[in-house]
Amino acid sequence: MTPQEWGLYEYIFNGVAALLTLCIFSFLYKDNPFYKFAERLVAGVATGYFTMLLFWTNFMDKVYDPLKAGQWWYIFPAVLGVMMWTRFSKKWAWVSRYSIAFYIGIGSGVSITVYLYTYLFKQLQATIGFPITMDIAGLNQFLVIIAVLSALVYFFFSTPHKGALGFVSKIGIYVIMICFGAGFGLTVMGRVALLVNRVIFLKGYLIQLFGG
Amino acid sequence: MKREIPILIVGITGFAMLIQYFIPTDWSEFIFTYSQDWVIVIGIIAMPLGIWSLVKANVNKLKVPGERFYSAVLLGGFLIMVLTCLKEESRMAGSFHMDLFNYVLVPIQATIFSLLAFFIASAAYRAFRARSILATILLLTAFLIMARFIPLGPISIINLKIDAWILQVPNMAANRAIMMGIGLGATATAMKIILGIERTYMGHD
Amino acid sequence: MNIFQKMMQIDRRWVYLAIGLAVIIPSIKSFDVPVTVSPEVKRIYDFVDSLQAGDYVFICVDYDPSSMAELNPMAVAIVNQAFVKDLKAIFVTLSQFGPGLVEQITSQLAANHNKINGVDYAFLGYRPYPAITILAMGVDFSVPFPQDYYGTPLDSLPVMNGIKNFDDVKGVIEITSGNTADFWLIYGNGRYGFPLAIGITGVMSANYYQYLSSGQLFGIIPGVKGAAEYEELVGFPGEGKAQMAYQVIAHSVIIIFIIISNVAYFATRKRKAGLEGGNQ
Repeated sequence: MTPQEWGLYEYIFNGVAALLTLCIFSFLYKDNPFYKFAERLVAGVATGYFTMLLFWTNFMDKVYDPLKAGQWWYIFPAVLGVMMWTRFSKKWAWVSRYSIAFYIGIGSGVSITVYLYTYLFKQLQATIGFPITMDIAGLNQFLVIIAVLSALVYFFFSTPHKGALGFVSKIGIYVIMICFGAGFGLTVMGRVALLVNRVIFLKGYLIQLFGG
Repeated sequence: MKREIPILIVGITGFAMLIQYFIPTDWSEFIFTYSQDWVIVIGIIAMPLGIWSLVKANVNKLKVPGERFYSAVLLGGFLIMVLTCLKEESRMAGSFHMDLFNYVLVPIQATIFSLLAFFIASAAYRAFRARSILATILLLTAFLIMARFIPLGPISIINLKIDAWILQVPNMAANRAIMMGIGLGATATAMKIILGIERTYMGHD
Repeated sequence: MNIFQKMMQIDRRWVYLAIGLAVIIPSIKSFDVPVTVSPEVKRIYDFVDSLQAGDYVFICVDYDPSSMAELNPMAVAIVNQAFVKDLKAIFVTLSQFGPGLVEQITSQLAANHNKINGVDYAFLGYRPYPAITILAMGVDFSVPFPQDYYGTPLDSLPVMNGIKNFDDVKGVIEITSGNTADFWLIYGNGRYGFPLAIGITGVMSANYYQYLSSGQLFGIIPGVKGAAEYEELVGFPGEGKAQMAYQVIAHSVIIIFIIISNVAYFATRKRKAGLEGGNQ
């Protein structure tokens, strides 16, 4: 429904959304009951939404329907899942360790190979696997090698950063500061975008309410 | 038995998943696929733990005079969302349940995070000072990246090229070094878990 | 207290007011901002553009309302492009608030492009444990998702005919504000090797260029600026481009604040050094 086609229902609900937006913005002056109200409301609504999503799309699809269709083996992970609930009991909390052990073991086992591949092998290959040519790309590749090595040296704390090691680690910290500066610059864009979205929403509502 | 069997389970399942990667047969793929499936089912049934904790904590807070109203608001919001979705079709677009999602949850959550724009400006004003060489490097880099947004004619073209270089050379190199460290650390932690050296996931007796 | 010391100790609410005005002014009088497309964004556009009608693309919408402002524009632009090219799209979400957002995008854009759920696109739904879900999808989509989000068995959907796992899609585009980008890289591309591109928030974007360089990602859409660039390429101006005027003013204000703060800092430091030199 385009804004021009709003009925009373849309006006009321968008008005509620605008009001709740202003409640949150009121925190900028100081903490107040309106902000706390909106904050608790969203926690409750979010929890309720997630509860029903989990029930209808996850529990029904992956537990209830398979068991109803005769796939009895799903009772085993279901029992393991129920065992997790013993965490609330001081006497029986140890039972939940069996479920935790199952998924921690699986998670740890699958992650070793893929972590090494993604975070180490591919990155090493990209750092030293390309030839250093006599052009801008080659110079940049050389600088990348120097920067990666010096940043790695900076994070190596097993020996004191003195002498040659200290010099290299100093280059490393300069490179890391450039990285953090770039991160900050991009963060500003991201945060401002969130604010702009709310301003655009409020403007749209006011125009719809008063401008027609 | 309360600790030894879980450690054994972790060791067996972890080792099985590790070597499965190197054994591409039908039965190993079967074990791999259905172990993932089982973990998803365990997760689905375990997820309500957090929901129960939140609801229980707020029910207890109903007895506390200062917190009573806000806990009631939270529980009220929770109950309304649950009661408006007792039928499966109620979770589809256009229902009252989804209207509450779109007109209550979305604006509040979006606005809470939009406050960060104000906080980052305030933090930048108060803390972003060239107190040392390192702080100056950080400041200058941030300036160059932020200046991308300001149309300054031919200066913008040069600035965009410098920004592209910053992101693709020093920034990339530093992140690569950090990621390599993370990869090694994560692999070492996973090995320690499988070998039973790391047991913090079990909690205390 | 002189003016520089007062400037250093200004109440933060004045800063808030300035930022508030900085984003309100463009809403009264907006202006066009030229958008220069960066190579990492163009690669994603070119990839989708190179696909033929009927090819499959897998789009993972893993953000929630807190980052909707940055990521919704890029999601809408990508889906618009996919639908214009008559590609088949498979949607999934690994974020707990994702389903509502995916439904908003798909229902609105499907209506605009006359696309039918189950025939032209499918929305598989949400599952917890992203890493495990990605690993399971790599074997067979129907293992974690025996039914789609609407309860229809996957094997009865015409769009899922002959589609078993990531080998049957041309590429995966992940749009996220959290660590699911890492999960797709590690467990998706790392294990199964499919082409992967990501659309991420500004906060995260600096951290993923090493994957672009190593070939693990074929493209990145960094934040709302990236979204504006993608909208420029696709020709569907949307929220991304609309935000650019606001970004210009807000960034200018923040830069001015940082300059003022540093001028005040150096002036105060110089005065302190001068006073201490005099006392000696």
